[in-house]
Amino acid sequence: MAYSGKAKNHYSTELTTIRGAGLFKEERYIKSPQMARIKVEYPVGAPSKEVLNFCANNYLGLSSHPEVVDAAHKGLDSHGYGLSSVRFICGTQDIHAELEKKLTEFLETEDTILFPSCMEANAALFEVCLDKDDAMIADRLVHASIVDGMRLSKAQLYNYKHLNMEHLEEKLQETQGCRFRMIITDGVFSMDGDIAPLEKICELGEKYDAMVMVDDSHSTGFLGKQGKGTHEHCGVLGRIDAITTTLGKALGGAAGGCISGRKGIVDLCRQRARPYLFSNTVPPVVVAASIKVIDLISKSTTRRNKLEENTKYFREKMTEAGLDIRPGVHPIVPVMLYNAKLAQDVSRDLYEEGIYAIGFFFPVVPQGQARIRIQISADHEREHLDKAIAAFTKIGAKYNILGKKKDEVIAMYGM
Amino acid sequence: MAVHERVREFYRNELTELQFADLFKDERVIHSPQGADISVEYPADSPLSQVINFCANNYLGLSSHPAVLQAAKKALDDRGFGLSSVRFICGTQDQHKELERKIAKFVGLEDAILYSSCFDANGGVFEALLNEEDALISDELNHASIIDGMRLCKAERHRYKHGDLKDLEHHLKETQNKRFRMIVTDGVFSMDGIVAKLDEICNLADEYDAILMVDDSHATGFVGKTGRGTHEHYDVMGRVDIISTTFGKALGGAAGGCIIGPKALIDILRQRSRPYLFSNTLSPVVVGATIKALDLIDESTALRDKLDDNARYFRRRIKEAGFEIKDGFHPIVPIMLHDAGIVQAMARELYAEGIYVVGFFYPVVPRGTARIRVQISAAHEKHHIDKAIDAFVKVGKKLGVLK
Amino acid sequence: MAEDIKKTIIEYVRKEYLDEDSDQQITEDTKLITSGIVDSFSMVSLKMFLEKKFQVKIPDDKATPEAFDSVNNIINLLKEFTPL
Repeated sequence: MAYSGKAKNHYSTELTTIRGAGLFKEERYIKSPQMARIKVEYPVGAPSKEVLNFCANNYLGLSSHPEVVDAAHKGLDSHGYGLSSVRFICGTQDIHAELEKKLTEFLETEDTILFPSCMEANAALFEVCLDKDDAMIADRLVHASIVDGMRLSKAQLYNYKHLNMEHLEEKLQETQGCRFRMIITDGVFSMDGDIAPLEKICELGEKYDAMVMVDDSHSTGFLGKQGKGTHEHCGVLGRIDAITTTLGKALGGAAGGCISGRKGIVDLCRQRARPYLFSNTVPPVVVAASIKVIDLISKSTTRRNKLEENTKYFREKMTEAGLDIRPGVHPIVPVMLYNAKLAQDVSRDLYEEGIYAIGFFFPVVPQGQARIRIQISADHEREHLDKAIAAFTKIGAKYNILGKKKDEVIAMYGM
Repeated sequence: MAVHERVREFYRNELTELQFADLFKDERVIHSPQGADISVEYPADSPLSQVINFCANNYLGLSSHPAVLQAAKKALDDRGFGLSSVRFICGTQDQHKELERKIAKFVGLEDAILYSSCFDANGGVFEALLNEEDALISDELNHASIIDGMRLCKAERHRYKHGDLKDLEHHLKETQNKRFRMIVTDGVFSMDGIVAKLDEICNLADEYDAILMVDDSHATGFVGKTGRGTHEHYDVMGRVDIISTTFGKALGGAAGGCIIGPKALIDILRQRSRPYLFSNTLSPVVVGATIKALDLIDESTALRDKLDDNARYFRRRIKEAGFEIKDGFHPIVPIMLHDAGIVQAMARELYAEGIYVVGFFYPVVPRGTARIRVQISAAHEKHHIDKAIDAFVKVGKKLGVLK
Repeated sequence: MAEDIKKTIIEYVRKEYLDEDSDQQITEDTKLITSGIVDSFSMVSLKMFLEKKFQVKIPDDKATPEAFDSVNNIINLLKEFTPL
C-alpha cells in the first residue's frame, strides 16, 4: 500500500483543479423509474422534486414500459437472473440466440452478435476486423467508445472532417495502398443530432472498395419509417457492413449492445472479440425484455411516429419562440447558447421551472458552442412539451436571447 | 454493398483456419436458469440433455437464488427496467449510491464506482489515474481486461513473471524514477485457481512506495473467512489500495463491476474514466439484485462455508481417484491432463455422462498444460459432486488417463 | 528552413482541422490542443503526418498534449529528433 501522502495529494489537487475550472460533473439522484416525469434529489440532501425529464435517451419511452417490465419479470422466472459466465462457456441461452436473430431481422442484416454494452461492441470490432496493413477512416466526431476501439486496433488511423465527404474521399484516395479500409461513422451524432450522409458514404465505400461501419446507438428503433435506423432513413438498407448499436437507449435502456452486419464479420467476432470472450454474457432478464422491445417496435410504429410528431412540434415551437436551435429532424435538439456559463445558468433555471435538461460545453463540445441538449421522448405528452417551451421562453426572455442571432448572443455573453 | 468478395473470402478463410486448428469456439445453448442442474441443447438442434454444471462462475449459487430473483423483481417494479442514460446525466438512482457504499464497506475500502462490467472497470481505471510519468507493473497472466486497460494508458508498461516476486521487485527497482508506480495483479488467476501472494506483494508495495491494485473477480464474496476477498485471505485488509471486481460471477452473475478504493481516487474516476462517462449506467434491476446478494453474504457466511466444504471435498476425492490437480483451496480446480486431444475427448465423454466441464488448451494456457477446469459452486450438493467424481473415474479409465 | 517547417505545419493544421468557412487564424503560438482545434484523438493523425513528412519517429511518451499544443512546441519537439 503506497497510496500514501504523495498519490493522495496528487488526486486531491486534480479534483480541485477540475472544480476550479467549472468542469466538475455532479450526479443527481433519481428516486423513481425512468420516464417523462421523474423524482430527483438535487443537490444531495435536498427534498425530492418532481421534474420533467428532457435528457434521457429514452426515445421511445420503453425504459419503464409495463409490457417491457412484464417481459423482464417473465424472463426472471423462466431463465433466472444471472448466468455467471461468458457466452462460449455456459452463458448462451436459447433467448440469446433468439434476440440475435430478431435484431438481425429488424436491422435487415446478415447476422448479429450481442455484447454487454455497445461500448464493448465498439471496443471489439476494429481489432478483430483490421490489422496493421489496413486503415480506419473515421469521422472526426465519432463517439468516445469508437475512439477507444480504434486505439485498440493496429490498423492505421485516418480522420475526416465531420460529415465532410470531399475530405473523406481524399482520405480514401490517400489509403489506396492499404489491404482493407473501413469508413467509420456514427449514424447520428449525439451532441448535435446530425445525421451522417450514409448514401454518399456507401457510394464512396463501393467506389473505393472500403467497408462501411455505422454506430447507430442514437437511431435504432426510431429513425427511418419503420424505425430501423439511419440506414433505413438514408435508403441504404443492406449496404452497411457493420452496424453497432445499443439496447441501452431507445430499446429499453437497461444494458447490452451488438454488432450486426456481414456474417463473416460476426462469425469472426464470436471467435476473437476480446470483450465477447472475456466479459459476461448479457443477463437473461435484459435479453428477455429486449426481445419484447423488438417485438413491440416490429409490430407497430406508433411510438416512433409519436416521437417524430413530438420532435417536429417541439422544434417548430422553439424556433417560433425565438430560440436558436440546430435545424434537423432528430429528437436530439441542441438549443444553442454558445457561452458555457450561460448554458449552466439556463440549465439551473430550467430545473427551477421543473424542466430537467443538461448544459454541454467545452471540452464535450467545441469551444464557443455551449448548448442545452434537449432529448424528446415518445413518453412526452403535448402538455410536457408545452411546459418546456414555456420555461425556455421565460428564461430566454430573462437572459434577453430570444430572437437573437449567434453573433448577438456572443456579443452579450462572450464565447 | 461494400464488402467485396475479397473481404468476405478473407474472413471465411480465417474461420476455416480456426476450425482446422481446433480453436473454433462452439456455443452450447442452455434452456434453463443457471444452476447446478441445467438443460442444454448441444449440438444445435439435438434434444435437450440434463447435465450438472461445473463450468459456471456461479460460486455462491446466487445466480438464480430465490431471494436475488425476488429483489430483481422488486427493483423492476419500483425502479423500472432501464435508465437510458449515463450516470452523470440522468442515470443515477439513489440505489446506485447505496450499492457503491455497500460494496466499499464489504471489501473494507472508502468508496466505490460502478461500471457496466468489470471489463469496463479495468478498461477505464488506468488511463484516468496514470500518465506517461508513471509505470504499470503487471503480472504476465493478468486477465485480458486488465491488459486492454493498460494498452489504453500512457504509463510505461512492465510485466513481471507470473507470481515471481523477485522479478516484480526487479521492475520496482527499475522504475524508481517514475512519479507513481502501480502493481497490478489478479487476486485469483482464473485458469489455475491460484491466489496471488498478496502479503508479500503488499510488503513490496510498501517498501517501494507503489500503489497496489487487485482484480478480485474470482474472489469477492467467498475467498477469506467472511468472503471479503483475497486481501482477507492473506490478512492484508486495508493494505491493498484499489480493488476491481465483478457482480457477474459470485454476486448474482448478471452484470456490472466496480472499482473500490480511496475516495479521492474514486472521485477522479467519476470525472475522467471513459467507460463510466460514455457507457450506460448499471440497470436498476441489476443494482437492486446485487444489493440483495451483498446483504445475503454480509449477513451470513453459510454459502461461502458450503462452497469451501464442497471445494475441499471435490479436491480430496478427485486426488484420491488418481488425478493430478493444481493444489490449493479455490473452487477453481484445474485437472491437469497436459494433452489437448485428451482434454477434448475427456470433456466430450464427461458431457455424455451428464457432467458439463470445459477443457482449456494452448493458446489459452501454455503448451503442455492442457486441463479440464472444474468450478465448484455452493449450488452443488454432495450427490452432484459424487456423480462428477464417478464420471471422471469412469472416463479417466476409458481414456487411459487413470490406471 | 524553420520558416518552411512552420508553414508546412500551419498549412496542414488549417487544411485538416478547420472547416472551409472558418475564419480562425493559425499562428505559431495558437493553442491547438487546449483550444480544441486538434482534439487529443486527432493528435494521432497529426503525429503520423509529422513522422512521415519529416522522416522522424516520435516516441509515444514524448507525444504529449503539451508538446503538440502549438506549432512552436511541435517544432521544438521535432528538433529533438532531427537536425532541422
